[in-house]
Amino acid sequence: MPKLATKEDLEVIGKQLLLDRKKINKTIIVCGGTGCKASHSQDVIEAINQELTTQEMDSSVHLRMTGCHGFCEQGPIAVIEPGNIFYCHITPEDAHDIVTRTLQNGEVIERLLYTDPVSGRKIRTESEIPFYLAQDRQLLSHNREVNPCSIEDYIAVGGYTALAKAINSLSPEEIIHEIKVSGLRGRGGGGFPTGRKWAECSEASSDEKYVICNADEGDPGAYMDRCVLEGNPHLVIEGMMIGAYAVGATKGYIYVRNEYPLAVKHARFAVQQARKLGLLGENILGSSFSFDVDVARGGGAFVCGESTALMASLEGKVGEPRPKDVHTVVDGLWHKPTTLNNVETWANVPSIILNGANWFASKGTKGSKGTKILSLTGRIKNTGLVEVAMGTPIRDVVFNIGGGATDGKAIKAVQTGGPSGGCLPVDKFDLPVDFDVLYEAGSMIGSGGMVVMDESSCMVDVAKYFLTFLQDESCGMCVPCRLGIDRMLEIITDITEGRGTLEQLDLIEELADTVTQTSLCGLGKTAANPVLSTLRYFREEYEAHINNKECPAGVCKALIEYSIDPEKCTGCGRCTLACIHGAISGEKKEPHVINPELCQKCGICRSECKHEAIQVR
Amino acid sequence: MNLSKLESILKGRNSQPHQLIEVLQDVQESYGYIPEEAMREISKTLGVPLIEVYRVASFYKAFKLKPTGKYVITICNGTACHVRGAQLLLDQAMGQLGIKPGDVTDDGMFSIEHVNCLGACALGPIASGNGSFLHHMTPAKLRKFIETIRHEETEEVNNAKASHERRPGGHRETASPR
Repeated sequence: MPKLATKEDLEVIGKQLLLDRKKINKTIIVCGGTGCKASHSQDVIEAINQELTTQEMDSSVHLRMTGCHGFCEQGPIAVIEPGNIFYCHITPEDAHDIVTRTLQNGEVIERLLYTDPVSGRKIRTESEIPFYLAQDRQLLSHNREVNPCSIEDYIAVGGYTALAKAINSLSPEEIIHEIKVSGLRGRGGGGFPTGRKWAECSEASSDEKYVICNADEGDPGAYMDRCVLEGNPHLVIEGMMIGAYAVGATKGYIYVRNEYPLAVKHARFAVQQARKLGLLGENILGSSFSFDVDVARGGGAFVCGESTALMASLEGKVGEPRPKDVHTVVDGLWHKPTTLNNVETWANVPSIILNGANWFASKGTKGSKGTKILSLTGRIKNTGLVEVAMGTPIRDVVFNIGGGATDGKAIKAVQTGGPSGGCLPVDKFDLPVDFDVLYEAGSMIGSGGMVVMDESSCMVDVAKYFLTFLQDESCGMCVPCRLGIDRMLEIITDITEGRGTLEQLDLIEELADTVTQTSLCGLGKTAANPVLSTLRYFREEYEAHINNKECPAGVCKALIEYSIDPEKCTGCGRCTLACIHGAISGEKKEPHVINPELCQKCGICRSECKHEAIQVR
Repeated sequence: MNLSKLESILKGRNSQPHQLIEVLQDVQESYGYIPEEAMREISKTLGVPLIEVYRVASFYKAFKLKPTGKYVITICNGTACHVRGAQLLLDQAMGQLGIKPGDVTDDGMFSIEHVNCLGACALGPIASGNGSFLHHMTPAKLRKFIETIRHEETEEVNNAKASHERRPGGHRETASPR
């Protein structure tokens, strides 16, 4: 493709690419995101490609490898258009059938269809699947339209037209006004109004300014940014370019987690492609706007989610935050005005510019506009990436989209917002996905992690889990965070090991308050949330650990004993084989016993037993 | 230590202290860890004090300061994996291999990494073997995975020994018929 010198060039190429696309009327879209790749979708793609070649159908059928479709649990997945036929758990052996029966003869292959775990019926099309039906996929729906490594695909579906509109017919002030009116708030966790951030940065005077895309998704249990950057990198780059034009920046950085190799690869590739077409570089589309982007790999430190720490890391230093009495929009990267937004925030920008602020603001609640991508995981039937309009009740997400609990266990809580967020009990499930409402309830949307827990999770253990994580990730620079988290963990460990006292609960609340009030950065300021929210909603579990020395969920090792129910044990010997500590013995076909002296209470035997004979008390 | 890889990594990055993390990422990728010698070279080339190179290398989780085993078993400890029993996998790996996360088995074959999140949360619990993901893991699946690697390695060693003995001219490597 030649360089795009003007806005008109982009229009012409876009129309041509769309026409070319329409010439091939059959398309098979196969997910090549990290989730499906883990389920070997690459082999499936190769097998289908091979089959299309063998059947001489490679010119009449378009095989499109795309980013994540969200329904990772069912991977590898494919959608066939026209018809919207949805196949899941595909293996390379299915390629022949898919090509000859479905693509050639239009037949639907029953065995590859999705079975709804709630109703038990087979579902033919993607749009009828309850998991997708209850969503509002404004950002994620783009993923299936484009091969992330093809800028042509992106341009064919209208990519970079928002940029063309912005730099040709809108002034920076008009763009900032539009973003302000849209009500877009930062998707990385803070929820800061994006328009206000841009305005402050644009007002700061400097010879050089920067924009940064934070793709250092450090929240354990959340992966929406990976999915967006990996599946549609040009959308993020286009958003950054519009932001850069608005604030007056000429250089941008995408700071991406090194644990996401595919996202690194796709982002780099997208930058190269955009440079080649002149969409990044000098005088973009014939305007006076010049801008370029570099991709930097993060070093794997949770604290780098904090903007000042991330900027220090970009400068090649240790990721330690600094006081923000002067904001980064004035004094940021290399002490220059810098606008930092999260992947999802940037990805929302192009459609706001194209469709207008009112379109965006028409979705959501009073204080939280648009849609939010949630990473719905944990102990529910349907896990994956979910995008809903702000204001959707948690109950709808967990039960309508997530399909409810697995193994008939009762759902107990949902953890939102990662280590900075909190746990909400089932009776709070009517609360909407909303920045302010969840904050008041002691949790937060955060970046969108939503981990569902059932009765097999111990809430004291969950608090301990997050404190252990935060203790490890605290950069150690400020005392309240470094020592405060340490001490809180010490107290929680006492409780989980049967040494806790009721006075310690008051102490931990006092300590939590100090850490929250006096820590330097967001990590410390929110570090107590997992403890405070579990204490607030699940106090009885703490009390059971302290007063009765028991863990109701049977998780805390010091408070439980494993034994074998002789009535249920068939003496199959699986547990003996599985026990890595040699703690189980017994004659074949006779009930086995666990030696408590040797038992390390890991629970591996229990996960192996087919007869539910291993008991925890 | 093979210095040629390091030279090509450092090429064109003279006196650019802000490149430190990128350089360390490349060294980690090429060598599997950050050797002390490499840190000394990086310090000289980029113009960053050695103590700062060490500080950065030891601060970020992406960098290892000692070599790993031939096979790295990574256990994801993200929240989603945690509530689905990731601890069982860690116990399994530690018990079976007799090492703790970050350590290497005596034969240099295995090491265990315990990481915060691999980002495939919907498929948890996740483990990975040398970077390729194993989803919906159970202790039994992990045990078999490790056993299979061990078995293949032993076979390889035995085959190598057997072909070595079959070789005419005895044990001299240079006497290979090819």
